[in-house]
Amino acid sequence: MRVRIVIMPREGLLDPEARAIEEMLRQNGVEVDNLKVGKIVELELKNPDEAKLIAERFLINPVIEEFSIE
Amino acid sequence: MKFGICSFPGSNCDYDTLYVLKDLLGQDAKFIDVKNPQLLDFDCIIIPGGFSFGDYLRAGLIAAKTALGQEIYNFAQRGKLVVGICNGFQILTELKLLPGALLKNDPPKFICDAVYLRVENNSSSFTKRYSQKEVIKMPIAHSQGRYFATQETLKEIEDNSLVLLRYCGPEGEISKEFNPNGSLGNIAGIMNKEGNVFGLMPHPERACEDILSFRDGLMIWHSIIS
Repeated sequence: MRVRIVIMPREGLLDPEARAIEEMLRQNGVEVDNLKVGKIVELELKNPDEAKLIAERFLINPVIEEFSIE
Repeated sequence: MKFGICSFPGSNCDYDTLYVLKDLLGQDAKFIDVKNPQLLDFDCIIIPGGFSFGDYLRAGLIAAKTALGQEIYNFAQRGKLVVGICNGFQILTELKLLPGALLKNDPPKFICDAVYLRVENNSSSFTKRYSQKEVIKMPIAHSQGRYFATQETLKEIEDNSLVLLRYCGPEGEISKEFNPNGSLGNIAGIMNKEGNVFGLMPHPERACEDILSFRDGLMIWHSIIS
């Protein structure tokens, strides 16, 4: 089964990349706030129940990131 | 000739380019103020290498969306000369002034090396001081230099002889073995159909003096000036 793991920076963490993209959009006339940049990992799993374990064990750093599974 | 050098936040080859154009070649060259871009006075705009805006989201994207990026676009539309080196090449593809895109190298690592290049078309404003099929040597330093375009676009590029430089071997051999980053067709540099915009991954501004071990980049500048 195809599983999608969405990894986002934790709330309140300063993310210069997100700030730069947000600023670029504003400079171009887009009204925008609270933009975030994350990562998506898509994978085929025999047992989709393993996704949470895989994310926690191999993919994310809980100090700076949180994730959701789709 | 009046050269304008775009110095974006994160550009890091701007001073090298200024040194070559002004000190070495005696040209009128200066930096362009990102906050207040006035390009009308210039004959040629150089977008130097580096990591403009930290390569955020995609290399070259944010620079392309600035007021200076828009001015470069307008400048090129008026038929004036624009050269993008390394990150400058990435910015030119993001501006859609050049076709295709530059992806992460294959194998996916930063490469800092000297490479052989074959001049594929010496009738351009940027390569006319080289001979056809001349093999030259220049440094490369990038992690996102893998040239990519759709088959359709690639055919158009080849049919119109828009490839100016290709990665090759010491004898000019074009093969996978001498392709440092997985670029389609060993493409290292292309121009637009109109012939006034040139993007390349190698660094001609680092190849102009014996003390740096390379001189082969000089003829790019002499081609533009002559």
